[in-house]
Amino acid sequence: MDELLQILSRDARIPIPDLAAMTGRSEDDVRAAIAEYERRGTILRYRAVLNPEHIDAANGKVRAWIEVNVTPQRGLGFDAIAERIYRFPEVKSCYLLSGGYDLLLMVECDSLHQVGAFVAEKLATQENVTRTATHFLLKIYKQDDDIFHGGDSSERLPVSP
Amino acid sequence: MSSSPYHPHTVAPRVTRISHVVENLPPSGIRAFFDLVMSMDDVISLGVGEPDFVTPWRIREASIFAIEKGYTSYTSNRGMPELLREISSWLARSYDLHYNPSQHIIITVGVSEALDLAMRAIINPGDEVIVPEPAYVSYAPTVALAGGIPVSLPTWHVPGFKITPDALDQRISSRTRAVVINYPANPTGTSYSRAELEALAAVIRKHDLLLLSDEVYDQLSYDAPHIPIATLPGMYDRTLYFNGFSKAYAMTGYRLGFACGPEPIISAMIKIHQYTMLCAPIISQMAAIEALRNATPDVREMVAEYNRRRRFIVHALNLAGLPCHLPEGAFYAFPSIAPTGMDGVTFATRLLQEERVAVVPGTAFGPGGSSFIRIAYAASFDNLREAARRITRFVARHAPHAVSPSTALAS
Ligand SMILES: Cc1ncc(COP(=O)(O)O)c(C=O)c1O
Repeated sequence: MDELLQILSRDARIPIPDLAAMTGRSEDDVRAAIAEYERRGTILRYRAVLNPEHIDAANGKVRAWIEVNVTPQRGLGFDAIAERIYRFPEVKSCYLLSGGYDLLLMVECDSLHQVGAFVAEKLATQENVTRTATHFLLKIYKQDDDIFHGGDSSERLPVSP
Repeated sequence: MSSSPYHPHTVAPRVTRISHVVENLPPSGIRAFFDLVMSMDDVISLGVGEPDFVTPWRIREASIFAIEKGYTSYTSNRGMPELLREISSWLARSYDLHYNPSQHIIITVGVSEALDLAMRAIINPGDEVIVPEPAYVSYAPTVALAGGIPVSLPTWHVPGFKITPDALDQRISSRTRAVVINYPANPTGTSYSRAELEALAAVIRKHDLLLLSDEVYDQLSYDAPHIPIATLPGMYDRTLYFNGFSKAYAMTGYRLGFACGPEPIISAMIKIHQYTMLCAPIISQMAAIEALRNATPDVREMVAEYNRRRRFIVHALNLAGLPCHLPEGAFYAFPSIAPTGMDGVTFATRLLQEERVAVVPGTAFGPGGSSFIRIAYAASFDNLREAARRITRFVARHAPHAVSPSTALAS
């Protein structure tokens, strides 16, 4: 991966002059490269990473991971049924996986009740869905490289040889 | 070399229970500064000569496992056979450098102990060892403690602080026993190309000397692959190679290093080691096995990060008006502060007091270093950026003419 993308994927707010210094490229070069990545859709968007514990607690949000078994359709495979499912706004992520089930969804709702309703009314009733298993989130330890509990505490001497 | 601060002819008049050699060891320039920094709050420290990363988890996990499994005993004096084999095969695959694990390697408590053992193993009273300056702080004292005379080879005014063959040749006398070289270097980050190493090797061979090569920063080489000088023709039998786990694997607290070289010298070092240290800690040795086997991706990630910081800080220092060459390795920048008209101690002290940024005065690395400071960029990028802003402001305040015009425009 281009070093520029590595840096931006961790901190998108580093100013262009700093990016240029860090990568040893000119500011114009960096600016042009970023514009090109945006144009091609390599960089999709820039957003703040929120601490879900603060947000979910304050908003009473509930998150669940749902395993879904699906009968693939002739000529369409899993794509059509996946699309029917991921278009629901409560589905935040949707993956096709190998193994004991087919689709893995992450859904976010305002209450346990709403998650239950989504599964019972929208998901399990889909013609090609043969089984679902819902797992509610209890605690986040680590997400996208960020550690939420514990982590390292290390005190170095301020001056050493 | 008749007079040396380490072995003065006059005996101190004061009655003391401390040996003359120790009494006369110069105090560490770093220590004095450390006390001042400790007395202040909210300091951004660029004075730290160790990684800001915590040891990669897989290595920490291996040491926890070692303790759980009851690995809490002594090991053989030389070190655990399994680790000796890993070191041997790592050197073979990284550098095509071949040492027999049961003859040519000793595992030590850091490179620090290995250096001390080497000096004691090779020096007779009055022997001279050439130490290039600026230098890591331990070389001259360990030579002196072993009864030798450190002969300094100043490189302060050579571009990139490089040792040149002529300068080296001129410092060699009939009493010269060995030469120390350290690359990538602490405090300058300087490293050497194959051609430059060949030229230095020729001088070493011509005078039939031993070379002590401290290559503890080898994996922190950014622009060109590191070349161990022991791999050059005619150097294998006259080089003691030092490396360790402190820097590349962020394992300073594990205290683990090693030395490789001719069998008689390694055996002599083991003789001292068995009486003074017995062995390196087994838990650290177990961790090091994991480091060599599986931590290369972790190292690569840390090195990529250091490299970004290196480019950033060197760029910022030059813009601020402090001329600084781009160091090839390690995690230090060594800018000149001459444009400010201050000496290094004054600069570092005032920068600390006025801007709360700690750097190390160049004189900590040799008496000729009064117009330099060492900046360790093993610090978070946020701290580095803030420190750069404060240093720029500090230089602009004290030496407005020094600041590069493009900075003035940019800010
Ligand atoms: C050049 C050099 N050699 C040796 C050492 C000591 O390393 P260790 O932790 O392996 O004793 C250091 C540490 O700062 C160093 O910079």
